[in-house]
Amino acid sequence: MTGLLGVLLPAVPLVAGLAGLLLPPAPRGAAGGEGPARRAAVALGVTGAAGALAVAVALLVTLDTPTEAGTTWLDLAGLRITLGVRLDGAAALVAVAVAAVALAVQVYSVGYLRRGPHDDLDVDHRYPPYAAQISLFTAAMLTVVVAGDLILLLVGWEVMGICSYLLIAHDRRLPEAPAAATKAFLVTRVGDVGFLLGIALLGVSAGSFRIADVLAHDHATGTLTAACLLLLAGVAGKSAQFPLHTWLPDAMAGPTPISALIHAATMVAAGVYAVTRLFPLFVAAPVALAVLGVMAATTLLLGAFAATAQDDLKRVLAWSTVSQIGYMTGALAVGAPAAALFHLLTHAAFKALLFLAAGAVIHAVGTTLMSRMGGLRRSMPVTFWCTLVGLGALAGLPPLSGFWSKDGVLAVAQTAALDGTGPAPAWVGWLVWLAGLLGVAVTAWYATRLLLRTFFGELREPLLHPHDPPALLRWPVLLLAVPAALLGLAAFLPAFADRLAVPAARLAVPADGPAEELVHLGPALLLPTVLLLAGAGLAWAGWRRDPTEDPARALGPLRPVLAAGFRLDDVQHTLVVRPVRALGRLARTADETVVDGAVTGTGRAARGLGGGLAALHRAALPRAAAGVLAGALLIGLAAVLIGVTS
Amino acid sequence: MRFGEFLLLAVLAVPAVGAVAVAAIPRDRAARLVGTVVAGLTLLLAALLATGDRSWTTWAAGTPAVRPWHRLDLPWVPGLDLRFHLGVDGISWPLVVLTALLTLLCCGYTLWRVPPGGSGRALVALLLVVEVGILGTFLALDLVLFFLFFEVVLLPMYAIIAGWGGSAVPGGPSARDAARAAARKFALYTLFGSVLLLVGVYVVVAAAGTADLVALTGGAGLSRGTQLAAFVLLGLAFAVKSPLWPLHSWLPDAHTQAPTVGSVVLAGVLLKMGTYGLIRVAVGVAPEGARWAAPVLGALAVTAILVGSLVCLAQTELKRLIAYSSVGHMGFVLLGIATLTATGLQAALIGNVAHGVITGLLFFLAGAVKDRTGTGSLAELSGLRETAPRLAGLLAFAAIASLGLPGLAGFWGEALAVVAAVQVGGAFWTTLAVLAALGGALTAAYLLRLLRRVTHGRPSPAVGRVAPGLAGAELTAWAPLVLLALAIGLAPTLVLGVADAPVAALVEVLR
Repeated sequence: MTGLLGVLLPAVPLVAGLAGLLLPPAPRGAAGGEGPARRAAVALGVTGAAGALAVAVALLVTLDTPTEAGTTWLDLAGLRITLGVRLDGAAALVAVAVAAVALAVQVYSVGYLRRGPHDDLDVDHRYPPYAAQISLFTAAMLTVVVAGDLILLLVGWEVMGICSYLLIAHDRRLPEAPAAATKAFLVTRVGDVGFLLGIALLGVSAGSFRIADVLAHDHATGTLTAACLLLLAGVAGKSAQFPLHTWLPDAMAGPTPISALIHAATMVAAGVYAVTRLFPLFVAAPVALAVLGVMAATTLLLGAFAATAQDDLKRVLAWSTVSQIGYMTGALAVGAPAAALFHLLTHAAFKALLFLAAGAVIHAVGTTLMSRMGGLRRSMPVTFWCTLVGLGALAGLPPLSGFWSKDGVLAVAQTAALDGTGPAPAWVGWLVWLAGLLGVAVTAWYATRLLLRTFFGELREPLLHPHDPPALLRWPVLLLAVPAALLGLAAFLPAFADRLAVPAARLAVPADGPAEELVHLGPALLLPTVLLLAGAGLAWAGWRRDPTEDPARALGPLRPVLAAGFRLDDVQHTLVVRPVRALGRLARTADETVVDGAVTGTGRAARGLGGGLAALHRAALPRAAAGVLAGALLIGLAAVLIGVTS
Repeated sequence: MRFGEFLLLAVLAVPAVGAVAVAAIPRDRAARLVGTVVAGLTLLLAALLATGDRSWTTWAAGTPAVRPWHRLDLPWVPGLDLRFHLGVDGISWPLVVLTALLTLLCCGYTLWRVPPGGSGRALVALLLVVEVGILGTFLALDLVLFFLFFEVVLLPMYAIIAGWGGSAVPGGPSARDAARAAARKFALYTLFGSVLLLVGVYVVVAAAGTADLVALTGGAGLSRGTQLAAFVLLGLAFAVKSPLWPLHSWLPDAHTQAPTVGSVVLAGVLLKMGTYGLIRVAVGVAPEGARWAAPVLGALAVTAILVGSLVCLAQTELKRLIAYSSVGHMGFVLLGIATLTATGLQAALIGNVAHGVITGLLFFLAGAVKDRTGTGSLAELSGLRETAPRLAGLLAFAAIASLGLPGLAGFWGEALAVVAAVQVGGAFWTTLAVLAALGGALTAAYLLRLLRRVTHGRPSPAVGRVAPGLAGAELTAWAPLVLLALAIGLAPTLVLGVADAPVAALVEVLR
């Protein structure tokens, strides 16, 4: 029964997506807009997501013990690939989050991608492929969530990548969208080279790609460390960790609901989730966890600082995603997958909320630049309050959800640092803990700045008459505000905590200690709260001095560097993109002149030789006669010689 | 004569007789229709070959490594001890069906559109002759017969490229001359390979005293020296056909200049004669030679992957880019063969079929784009999704399948080749696996570059004229390939299920 639910979970949106792809992509004739194809696409998309949500909730309710179900997909000699699901509490919870965000995005998109009264006549949102691609995206992420086999996980993993590519490139009016989409896919694909190799190493070592078999097998230490490090490359790509995070800010070229989908519960969450799935392997490979810790701390601070200097509302949120995922991978590095998953869930709620609310703002103002917003508090009260909840949760304001989950991460890091309890060395704990604490202050600073620049002060574009969005956009935002505010309190529910703790409970290592706690009430909570107030206070003070100026001016000469994300894009361009392009040109030239040149050269030489011989044979009589005689002489000589020797 | 023997004979006789009939029917359209029906009948017969007794499980020591489902063994030239020996097993059957399917699709496509240059019925007749040659190559169990069928393909293909192909190069020769030059290069280059094949065949036959592939597989009775010599000769011959870098340079010209149906057959099944020959003949007959040459083969295969992908990154012509992508994809197939493991051989088999399906589709689509816009230059193509969203969507699907997206057919061949290289282990093969996986990322890079150039952005003048619709004949020709790419991706056992036992038997004799 639960196995069937697990299969249905990705199957429902998959069917909706495939059916949606068959609809005509563009309306026939000029009528467009609300054609029958669009209505069918809306129905398919919403039904698919709602169906997935229903299945996920049913799974969450009925699943009491971890379940496996599956069948052989491919049996190679000594290597088995299975087509199966592996369900546990954490999988069910993440599935619910994925399906809920997908449903919100599907509903929101109906209102967001509609031809407005001010749009040009030729605006055609190509809604049927868009909705179908969201459905496929959801199906792919749910495949990753339930996959019981590494190859099946890879299928979901990569299909998600290609769907993100298609969706980021969806907006045909943005000239930068195709480049951003290509970059998103290629950067993650480079990481996936490592992911594939890691999977291959593990599968070959265990003789099976089934996750249960891989976890149960006793791998050689070297193989395991190499495999885990390789897997981390893929995780870094998907979850936008340094140095493969560069695609994520550019991915903002996608429509805003897509940003919400990619940043909240899918895509970027997949990397973290995959590590929790295979966590026992990482526990046995402390080197990989140490690398993950360094990656996490770097990403966390890099993302937070880059977010401080952005003027584009969506880019602030994008960089904040990079930074928040850093908290999750940090939690993994110090050995707390449950804390990572908890933050993943709360982040899914508040980041989806923030993006959809930002979409409402962009919809109303017609720009993504904060320097052209301001004073929206009065004219868009619903959006304002929802954004306030989201930003509070992001910064970790008690008692909103982010507070509890971030505290969970910091508390585990603290214990790992002070007591050295984590599976990785203690310095990893220190690194994650200190970076996390600094991150709290910086996060509070940029969250406050975003709020003040967008909603407070005076309206900078006086001609605009912004207003709260229509119901189709408003309701998803309002409903997402509930978990963004309250999900943190769920940690006090034993049922919730138990489900999240399932992956950790299977660990071989902490046999003595009690089950990991999600929330840690105590004096340690004060430190992050103080840092939060300090960060928010600084931003407020900067704004207070001159409400028309950007608090980011306090960054001084660092501002352009931070705004460009530490210029890592340029580094990537110089070190990877340009050399590869040059190599491509070189390979082409070499192939055409050397390899093919040798072939055509052979042909030409043969023809030349033939021509030469032909010319020789067209000799005048005296020379021809001399030739004949010389030949006769040679033959005679040869006959004599042979005759002598034999 | 039993049903299986009848099928084996019929699957060759029907297209052969059909080709004669098509050439004899004076009315062009009727002839093309007859040709299409014949191709359809051949596909039906090819599919039926899988019926009957496939008792593969009865494996026992001492049985030969090749155990066909059906076989037909008739004396042919008794004086020279030549036999007309055909058979089909799990290694050849998927390729036989693929050949029949692609020929049918090409004949159907020709029913709708004949490329300029000659009469449609002559083109269909030539396609059927090519089909006979390819099917015979896959079915032959006699080494000399194999060689004969291998050669049958050459001249009709030359005629197809020279007669119906051609696209002008700006500043270069005219379309006609370019097509002739490409066809000549194709014929001469592969003839050079055939000479080596002939010598290799006679080295083997002379040393072993038999040309029976069933008896020869496993290298029985061949000394080590003979095996090394035979593998070098046969391997080089098949490397030209596959093609393996650096013996590939006939391919881009031939693919670019061939008419759409010619490109589809070339890329879809003609190249597979090389990889099939490598597995069945070169590796099977000279296993010791194969083991000896495996590192070289693997290194060249990985070079092909990387060089092919890099050249694609700098390519400026649509069909030429797809042609070069074949070099990279066949590199994965050859890497799988080079590992000489069950996983690797399976990877090669499914890679073969997947490449046939996907690249066939890509060439159909590239042909459609070129027909509509009149140009294949990437600089002059842009914004296809604005004017022809369906065509752009299909092109995107084919490109995504070609870059090896998991869940579609192309994935299995590439991933399993990498897995097989990891499985062999050791520093050398692990390095090859890493480089091949990196080649996978480069593959994605050039295919996305292709999509970005052709489908995204504002429509260029050439693309602006394109009508959004697709012809019914086009959809009919493409739909089976789209569905197969999806079906093989989701259920790889469609191909590998039948190949399981023969590959295991082959690996058994390789040890």
